[in-house]
Amino acid sequence: MRHALLIAARDLRERARDRTAYVLALVLPLGLAGIFTLILGNVGGDSQLFRYAVVDSDRGAVARTFTEEVLRGAASSGAIEIRAAASEQEARSWVDKGEATAAFLLPVGLTEDVLAGRAARIEVVGDVDAPTGTQVARSLAQSYTDRLTAVRQAVAATVHSGLTTSPAELAAEAAAALPRVSVAEDTTLSRQLDAKTQYAAGMAVFFLFFAVQLGVTGLLEERRLGTMARLLAAPVRRSSILLGKLLTSVAIGVLSMTVLIVASSLLMGARWGSPAGVALLVLSGVLAATGAMAVVAALAKTAEQAGGWQAVTAIVLGSLGGAFFPVSQAGGLLEKLSLLAPHRWFLRGLADLAGGDVAAVLPSVAAMTAFAAVTCTAALLLFRKVVPS
Amino acid sequence: MTVLSCSGLRRRFGDVLAVDDVSFTITEGETYGLLGPNGAGKTTTISMITGVLSPDAGEVLVAGEPMSIHAIAAKRLVGYVPQELALYPDLTGRENLRFFASLYGAPKSRVDHVLDVVGLADRAGDLAREYSGGMKRRLNVAIGLLHEPRLLVLDEPTAGVDPQSRNQIMDNVRALAADGMAILYTTHYMEEAERLCDRVGVIDSGRLIAEGTRRELVERLGERDRISLLLDGDVTHAAAVLGSIRNVHGVAAHGQGLELVVDDARETLPQVLSAISADGVVVRSAEVTEPNLETVFLHLTGKALRE
Repeated sequence: MRHALLIAARDLRERARDRTAYVLALVLPLGLAGIFTLILGNVGGDSQLFRYAVVDSDRGAVARTFTEEVLRGAASSGAIEIRAAASEQEARSWVDKGEATAAFLLPVGLTEDVLAGRAARIEVVGDVDAPTGTQVARSLAQSYTDRLTAVRQAVAATVHSGLTTSPAELAAEAAAALPRVSVAEDTTLSRQLDAKTQYAAGMAVFFLFFAVQLGVTGLLEERRLGTMARLLAAPVRRSSILLGKLLTSVAIGVLSMTVLIVASSLLMGARWGSPAGVALLVLSGVLAATGAMAVVAALAKTAEQAGGWQAVTAIVLGSLGGAFFPVSQAGGLLEKLSLLAPHRWFLRGLADLAGGDVAAVLPSVAAMTAFAAVTCTAALLLFRKVVPS
Repeated sequence: MTVLSCSGLRRRFGDVLAVDDVSFTITEGETYGLLGPNGAGKTTTISMITGVLSPDAGEVLVAGEPMSIHAIAAKRLVGYVPQELALYPDLTGRENLRFFASLYGAPKSRVDHVLDVVGLADRAGDLAREYSGGMKRRLNVAIGLLHEPRLLVLDEPTAGVDPQSRNQIMDNVRALAADGMAILYTTHYMEEAERLCDRVGVIDSGRLIAEGTRRELVERLGERDRISLLLDGDVTHAAAVLGSIRNVHGVAAHGQGLELVVDDARETLPQVLSAISADGVVVRSAEVTEPNLETVFLHLTGKALRE
């Protein structure tokens, strides 16, 4: 271990004189996060609270249930605010001005349509600059109308089947089946990062993959410099040489992330969350990044080739993992594939931490640690070809 | 005392047999030259001796310690100066030395000592990338000396350096050998091998094809020294007189010139000059030609050393 530390210390001393390291590990992520925040900081809003307008043109039981049970239930959790508008025009005006995230338009005859067996429809008017809030509003409305349809079909089936359930019992069961929306604290609504933190974290974890490559490509650099033969002839275990390079990456990664977290908190007002939780995420994220970049380095023949491949890998994983945009909302295959990227788990862990305690990050930490274990093992096996025997 | 013992070393890379049954020894204070054309197997042999590569067969013992890629104890006994400059360009000369000193567990005081030995003390704080080619070579050698090894392996240590640095490196090698260090030296410069090496081994196509002192190798090939004379006077008579000297094995006349095939030209030349003077013939010039390692090498391998 002493030799591994000596090798890592030498690498770090050399990297400390390399301006590229500072640019990749600090300047670029901090600069880009700042730029993104300035440009896109208001998209989606910094607040986690969605303000919805409701226009009840129906004045019937179905509209009242939606307003009183569904929306008020959600509002009581503190996740949303409800404000009644006198008309559709007024509601649209609030949305246009950004005073409301979205508006629910409960049309005239909504209750009548439902009772007559016709399709129920609740219109949602959303703010184009608040896609998440609009999506949440659509989900609430869709969920309610779906449940209405299901209940209506169940009642019709009961009546047609000739069962002797009394209308009062049916009504009671239908009422019980209606959506009881309650938004607990641990939901998507509360587990999201504000824009500044999102961009700071996204850029930090994206450039982390570039920063750690400075360590793991060291083996190829040693070969280029001719110093590999000297290290192999020295009374040092070969595993110490490999471990030293991995330690260099980990040290650069942790240092880079720490500086970025402190700087983005002080300069941009990013809120990273509990230090203990963030530390766990950073450490497991750095290990995962080191493993991924080590595999790429082990497959390359030269440091230059490794640098190119690592850049491609970092960009692909970063994009897939949501470093630039929230892939998790895309759904489908892309959403599933994003689970392969440590970035996704790092950002998810931070979001979980924002809505919970330190234990909330453990699933993400476990996923990134497993990723690191697999990739680091693969890299150590692959590096045998770099080290002659 | 034997410091290095190689026996039956063999190493194959795919279909290529790079080293085939190479055996030799080096004793304390001895400088052994390993000569061979490019691709002959010198660097592969050295890599097995220094524990960088494992032999497919055979054994390396350094002061009795078996060498392998995992042999920590044996590696502590060997100083290695690779053919390529093996330095960290973004560290200073002193930082390069300190790093390797710490890997070998050498005391820090050795750093300043070897800086003095190789004449880099006044530039120790400069980045290695700012050194001249000769200074880099000297630093390359210095790293190999840090831990006072029993065996110093120098693979082409003077390749591409200025005469001043070359002479300094050769002086260092001589001094180290005089202090009892065993030295394995490869070079493309035949005069270096002749000046430095007590014995040489000639390796070609992976096999050690000859070994011994320069004189042993020359005699083994039947080569002899020659003395060329340019005379004023009776050349025919002079040839007859010189032919009767004990160490002279042949005399050939070319106009006013005579070429003598002799044993040990340096020892025989005074007898030759004395005999001619006594006969009243004036010697206008005399030139001694000794068969050198280049001749031996060419004879053995059919190639010049630099090929």
